[in-house]
Amino acid sequence: MVENIKKSSIIAVWFIFLSFPLVVLRVDYIDKTIDYRWHNILWIGIGAFFISWVWRYFLKRKNESDKSSEGKNQGTSASTSRFQVQKIFEHKFALLGILIAAAIVPQFMSTYQTSIFITAMMYVVLGLGLNIVVGMAGLLDLGYVAFYAVGAYTYGLLNLHFGLGFWISIPIAGVLAASFGVLLGIPVLRLRGDYLAIVTLGFGEIVRLVLENWDVVTRGPSGIPGIPKPAFFGVKLGFAGNMTYLFYIILALVVIAMVATRRLQSSRIGRSWVALREDEIACQAMGIDTTKAKLAAFGLGAFWAGIIGVFFAAKSSFVSPMSFTFFESAIILSIVVLGGMGSVLGVILAAGILILLPEYLRFMADYRLLIFGALMVVMMVFKPGGLITNIRQQYTLPKRNSKEELAELHSSET
Amino acid sequence: MAVVLKTDKITKSFGGLLALDEMTLDFREQEIVALIGPNGAGKTTFFNNITGMYTPTSGTVEIFPPNQKSVKIQGMKPNLITELGLARTFQNIRLFGNMTVIENVMVGRHCRTKSHIFGAVFQTSSFKREEKESVEKSFALLEMINMSHLAGNLAKNLSYADQRRLEIARALATDPFLLLLDEPAAGMNPQETEDLDQLIVHLRDELKITILLIEHDMKLVMKISDRIFVMNQGRLIAQGTPVEIQNNPEVIKAYLGE
Ligand SMILES: Nc1ncnc2c1ncn2[C@@H]1O[C@H](COP(=O)(O)OP(=O)(O)OP(=O)(O)O)[C@@H](O)[C@H]1O
Ligand SMILES: [Mg+2]
Repeated sequence: MVENIKKSSIIAVWFIFLSFPLVVLRVDYIDKTIDYRWHNILWIGIGAFFISWVWRYFLKRKNESDKSSEGKNQGTSASTSRFQVQKIFEHKFALLGILIAAAIVPQFMSTYQTSIFITAMMYVVLGLGLNIVVGMAGLLDLGYVAFYAVGAYTYGLLNLHFGLGFWISIPIAGVLAASFGVLLGIPVLRLRGDYLAIVTLGFGEIVRLVLENWDVVTRGPSGIPGIPKPAFFGVKLGFAGNMTYLFYIILALVVIAMVATRRLQSSRIGRSWVALREDEIACQAMGIDTTKAKLAAFGLGAFWAGIIGVFFAAKSSFVSPMSFTFFESAIILSIVVLGGMGSVLGVILAAGILILLPEYLRFMADYRLLIFGALMVVMMVFKPGGLITNIRQQYTLPKRNSKEELAELHSSET
Repeated sequence: MAVVLKTDKITKSFGGLLALDEMTLDFREQEIVALIGPNGAGKTTFFNNITGMYTPTSGTVEIFPPNQKSVKIQGMKPNLITELGLARTFQNIRLFGNMTVIENVMVGRHCRTKSHIFGAVFQTSSFKREEKESVEKSFALLEMINMSHLAGNLAKNLSYADQRRLEIARALATDPFLLLLDEPAAGMNPQETEDLDQLIVHLRDELKITILLIEHDMKLVMKISDRIFVMNQGRLIAQGTPVEIQNNPEVIKAYLGE
């Protein structure tokens, strides 16, 4: 107790010291005087003391629960059945949420609200794409926005020069972005962890700088305006109609990306990605060509970014290098990490939190990044696995002849 | 009996250290061979050189897969060597901790199956068939090591002995003709070691594969090995049957010191 009070007091004093110039001093330029707002010190001190106390309390509780679960988890069957329940739950839950959203949002919400939801769903797909690279294959990619840009510019330029439409641009951009993914993947095959992150970060910036400076082709910083929205069977929809149409397109993309991700997760190639993340040496010793596995992950991840790039260009009807800064990569990565590496529902939830919340909390816009940062730190300390821990697919032995019946009995006990 | 793997004067040096010094030996069809030697003798390094983890400084490694032409494999990538039929376990367990037990084994089926992204996303019939086959084969392997009831558990939650046995099942899933086990009994109690030696003999007699075993547990080695190779300081100092090795003065000297 005394120990705790001492620790929290030290933290409070430290915070007072740190924030002193910001919250206490105010220079009045007109009167040329310095205003001392001493009462603020009190608030900072009390706040820091209180927060550090709560922080330590939760940390302690977390450590205790970690310890107790460690003991229980030793090869018990209880954990297996819990996994199964969660698995079903996760799937149903996600689908239900999507259906509700599909029914409600465009009908009852304003165009502005619909637009926000569209943005959130774009980030769901981007998150699912990056999830393949970072969450499943464990390749820390900080330049994901480059492929998003490739997709957006593919549509913008194809439309500008050849008048190609939205739908035809989608597969072209997907394939082009995937090729870029593979191409950028080749030089970084040998890199891992921090080194990979730094190099991919560089790639992202290079792509943006090329877009900004290669005026002849990309029209430089001024960007490409007037990109058309998809036409609805040749019918021109109004502004609100367009939004609704875009909403259903992105909803379909989310469902497709979700189903595809889920199917990949429990397939030969998905397992090879997770194996790669878990232990590269053992992965190779099991006969997996790690080069191919990595390039496939980069390619498929980039594929989704490319497609959403086209969608982005259509939605905002304008693309410029400004939209593809590192900040975008950071947001998408935060979605994957916050959601829980490799978890589909986690990505949806995290995209919801990170994209929708700031929109609805506009009144505190000044503190958005501050809250964002604090949220990430708190998450990493208390739930390093993300909001939703990824649950592995469960396999049961298919029914065979009587000899195996015994084994069946064995596995059904679990 | 036919030879399945032959090394010819393989040498590996790490800077100034000669970890392997002109190792020449061969393994034959369907035998249990033990590779023993004091700590730091170079046993694991020998494994790493024939499984493609390291490239030998000089010398050749040739394998003779059943019903196929022989292949020189030194310097090949590890995944290609596994595809040719060499599988291994690791001295420091290297399971895929956050995957389930059955998934670990299924990863071993990777090089014997073909389906790719397209098949998985569209759930083609060939994908489903292959997937079902993988599940069945993997369960069969788990049954063999009496672990099918743990199929849904994460590998990292297994006991030490179970982790070692799971590594064996995972390696077997690649359909090898030669299995290399690096200290499979390390950390096991006498009962678990007993089960392990039965399993290894079963692999030789029923699955008809050759097993190369690095092991410090002399009781186990002497009991199940058909032949033993002894290494010291990177060199092969003796080879023969367990009885011959037990009475070899060179070996006794290497183990007990001068
Ligand atoms: N990658 C490496 N780089 C440098 N030296 C190495 C490397 N790998 C092994 N060595 C050295 O080679 C020698 C043989 O090591 P190795 O691991 O093969 O021994 P071992 O016979 O498997 O021993 P143990 O019974 O302890 O497992 C040791 O001196 C070791 O330090
Ligand atoms: Mg060793």
